[in-house]
Amino acid sequence: MNIERIKDLVIVLTQKELKARYKNMKLGYLWSLGNPLAYGLIYWLVFKYVMKVKIEGFPLFLVSALFPWQWFVNSISVSANTFVSNASLIKKVNFPRNILSLVSTGQDLIHFIAALPITFIFMLIYHKNFSPMLFIGVPLLAIIQLGYTYGLGLMISTINIFFRDAERLIGIFITFLFYLTPIVYSTDMIPENFRHLIPLNPVAPLILNWRSLFLEGTLNWNYVGITLGYAALFIITGHAIYRRLSWKFAEFL
Amino acid sequence: MNKSIAIQFNRVSKSYPIYSHLGAGLKGFIFNLPKALKGLARERFTALENISFDINRGETVAFMGRNGAGKSTTLGLIAQVLKSTSGTVAVHGRVSPLLELGGGFHSDLTGRENILLNGVLLGLSRKTIKEKEDSIIGFSELGNFIDQPIRMYSSGMLSRLGFSVVAHLDPEILLVDEVLAVGDIAFQEKCKNKITEFKKSGVTIVLVSHSIDDVRKLCDRVIWIENHKIQMDGPTTEVLPVYEKYFV
Repeated sequence: MNIERIKDLVIVLTQKELKARYKNMKLGYLWSLGNPLAYGLIYWLVFKYVMKVKIEGFPLFLVSALFPWQWFVNSISVSANTFVSNASLIKKVNFPRNILSLVSTGQDLIHFIAALPITFIFMLIYHKNFSPMLFIGVPLLAIIQLGYTYGLGLMISTINIFFRDAERLIGIFITFLFYLTPIVYSTDMIPENFRHLIPLNPVAPLILNWRSLFLEGTLNWNYVGITLGYAALFIITGHAIYRRLSWKFAEFL
Repeated sequence: MNKSIAIQFNRVSKSYPIYSHLGAGLKGFIFNLPKALKGLARERFTALENISFDINRGETVAFMGRNGAGKSTTLGLIAQVLKSTSGTVAVHGRVSPLLELGGGFHSDLTGRENILLNGVLLGLSRKTIKEKEDSIIGFSELGNFIDQPIRMYSSGMLSRLGFSVVAHLDPEILLVDEVLAVGDIAFQEKCKNKITEFKKSGVTIVLVSHSIDDVRKLCDRVIWIENHKIQMDGPTTEVLPVYEKYFV
């Protein structure tokens, strides 16, 4: 399997995903923004006016974390079906199946980048500086998150071939994770004696870094390190599971 | 290693664990852990038992036999998507599988977009497909439909599209799994002619078929699999009469 072939596979499969997502929808791009913006709107209403959360520039605060979160959630929840939905292909054609996982999260990365201008608009509205750190921080975090979701997605999609209810578990898990991650609230609202537990949540350091990048133009390098650690862990375990089981895919699907 | 051999099966067996315990999902597996693990190790279903054969380069071979005899497992082993339980499978050359109807297609994409997708999946480069695109579309005779999403296609049109891509592959070994009997008669003829053409150019062809007529016309050799073992292996003219007698 040479590099050219892998490149061609990645390109056509990504094109397929993007085209399939936007077919029959002239306003496809706007639709892809709709989901996170709708969440942003409802959280803003509920937490600002009902729960009376006092955070300055709350809309930007929400948006800066919701878009990366949305990428994470999309990749992870779709990943359960990555291999199952390509069963007819996997049963007949021999190609590196993990390309499917890469393509799946890769197209979510493309959406994330396409949605960045929204965050920038909110930054303008709230008079935030566009620090040069953005040029380093955005690509750095994006690459780490790509590897992170790829590894985790590969793990989940492999397991879901053998245990089809893994998908349900993921759904429950994601609900927990959302409220355990400082997305609709800030870290200083967490009781002080629990704050040191933040790094135990595998997505919290990543999401918090995105937020501090957009709000303050800074990165927490400890958190970068922790996220890298999680990414490495997911990629290594994901590959180990995949390697052990990939030759069984065709007989199982 | 003899260079004229394309596919070699040496005492190949393939059995599948019966995954009944996984049918209950993760929940069932965990709640019945000891039993489930035991079940995984013990219950197996044998699809192929101690099969040996050599297929030479340029041969056209049909696998025949009842449903569930192990024909598709054989093709899966040749395509290297399955691994044998014991014995060795050696395949020399680029394998192109003919996918089942619509396999590897995406229903929201147009015929033209699916040609690119399917072609790359089956081993062509994007560049080659772009060069051959007109010829592929011409072969399919789909006309203006080529720019319509394929969910609007009839099953016959889908198989036209699928076969047109395959007809432009450059395989060394072509695997055909019971897909010739689709499309209208004119297109079926076209498919068979194309297969004959492949045959003349020295492609090794392995097909699974239930159509005695097709096998008689296209194949030099028949391997008849019965109860997961080779019942008979020989020239078409010798095997077919026995096969027909057995089933009629």
